Amino acid sequence: MSAAVPALALEQVTVTFVSPDGGRYTAVRDTTLRVQPGEFVSVVGPTGCGKSTLLNVAVGLLQPSGGRVTSFGAPLAGLNRNAGYLFQTEALMPWRTARGNVAAGLEFRGVAAVEANSRADEWLQRVGLRGFGDRYPHQLSGGMRKRVSLAQTLILDPQIILMDEPFSALDIQTRQLMENQLLELWQANRKSVVFITHDLEEAISLSDRVLVLSAGPESHPIGEFAIDLPRPRDVAEIRLTPRFIELHGLIWHAMRDEVLKSYAQQLQ
Amino acid sequence: MRSSSSKLSLRFWQLALFVGFLAFWYVATSPTLLPPIYFDDPHKAAFFFGEPVKVFERTWEWFAGGTIYAHLWVTLLETLLAFVIGTAFGLAMGLWLALSSTASALLDPYIKALNSMPRVILAPIFAVWFGLDVASKVALGVTLVFFIVFFNVYQGVREVSFTVVANARILGASERQLLRHVYVPSAMSWVFASLHNSVGLAFVGAVVGEYLGSSRGVGYLILQAEGTFDINAVFAGIVVLTAFALLLDWMVTVVERRLLVWQPRGGETEKM
Repeated sequence: MSAAVPALALEQVTVTFVSPDGGRYTAVRDTTLRVQPGEFVSVVGPTGCGKSTLLNVAVGLLQPSGGRVTSFGAPLAGLNRNAGYLFQTEALMPWRTARGNVAAGLEFRGVAAVEANSRADEWLQRVGLRGFGDRYPHQLSGGMRKRVSLAQTLILDPQIILMDEPFSALDIQTRQLMENQLLELWQANRKSVVFITHDLEEAISLSDRVLVLSAGPESHPIGEFAIDLPRPRDVAEIRLTPRFIELHGLIWHAMRDEVLKSYAQQLQ
Repeated sequence: MRSSSSKLSLRFWQLALFVGFLAFWYVATSPTLLPPIYFDDPHKAAFFFGEPVKVFERTWEWFAGGTIYAHLWVTLLETLLAFVIGTAFGLAMGLWLALSSTASALLDPYIKALNSMPRVILAPIFAVWFGLDVASKVALGVTLVFFIVFFNVYQGVREVSFTVVANARILGASERQLLRHVYVPSAMSWVFASLHNSVGLAFVGAVVGEYLGSSRGVGYLILQAEGTFDINAVFAGIVVLTAFALLLDWMVTVVERRLLVWQPRGGETEKM
């Protein structure tokens, strides 16, 4: 696998934020993350460890202070055109209907409105929102809005899908439904996925590989674990298998000190 | 949700209040019904406050005789032109300044100064520049409408969620597409929120402009009536203006409902 050109490679990336009053804050230091085509990688770590920062660097919203970012071998200039991004917070355009939101990316690329809309309807059906095309975001529940976001990103068929705690605001049942749906869609059309989460169980049940980050500031990878659970998986059932529990114990052991460290920092 | 019977009773009391007010006005200004309480001459109350029946008669004459329509049309035209031109300018300037930090830093003190200036005082200047006809009233209305729209657009663009902008960029929006599909719709929601204000002020600009110097319009009618101490005609003019303003406001509400379907409204619970 290491011989192939990675879909996304962050090499020795350091991100230092400078505040207007001259203060410096290094969120991420010397972090290397390589994602192969078709690979599902999760990044876990305690709150405030710079996980979102890494994703923003990968998509090109942030320029790293040091290090290199390449996508399919080409250094990144501006936004990463191979990537789709699923945000943690609301990112839908509230003045567009569900259909309009899903079709937006195609319209921006110059696809005719009629075709864009009919493909948007197909995608709405695929994420289980058939017949909801004319609704505005405020008329949909949180889980439905996430589905619209997912369809909005996947309709463009990006080679890399970056997900920033996309399901963290959902209740547990909705969340497991969404996780299974995501796996199903991914299984059908394997793209590279970088999935950010603070939930270790979610990370293990979805991924091929889990990268653990240390507590911030200057967070860096402290461990990498291959997840050899069989696919296809059901996220609710896989949590009960012995191998899952074993992996969970292993990774949690590596994470625990960092979580406590981050918790202590928050109390200060 | 208010039940329909209590809504009906609310309507009844609103109407009762109106009738009561008219009755009080009628009784208090009638030269014969009450002995003079405050004024030495029984006709003085009517001279100062008008008489509701005569006000109604005058209004009726205007509409039945057809003299009012030309004046109303002029006032309406001035209001519409002031609203459209002021909104267009406000939208353009608001978008420009909100998206260009250099321009906004440069022009900031001037915008502030122009906004704090009592702009009604410009009316005589506009009369000199644009004459006594429609144009000078439109100019006054534009200065009033512009700032409302401008500040709302500016705010609207600044308040667009960072995530929505970043998301649109990642979905492939060019700068022009961002403007058209993200910034303008967001700004428009703020413009619509201020629609009642800006239409109202366009109307104020038209009427005040007419009142300060003109040859046509409802403001002109009032000015003429005042010149001949015809207090009933002044009140008739005020009644016509008020009814007209209410009509405009209602039209704005209708337009707003049609255009802002995407915004959640209070009491709307449809969610599935």
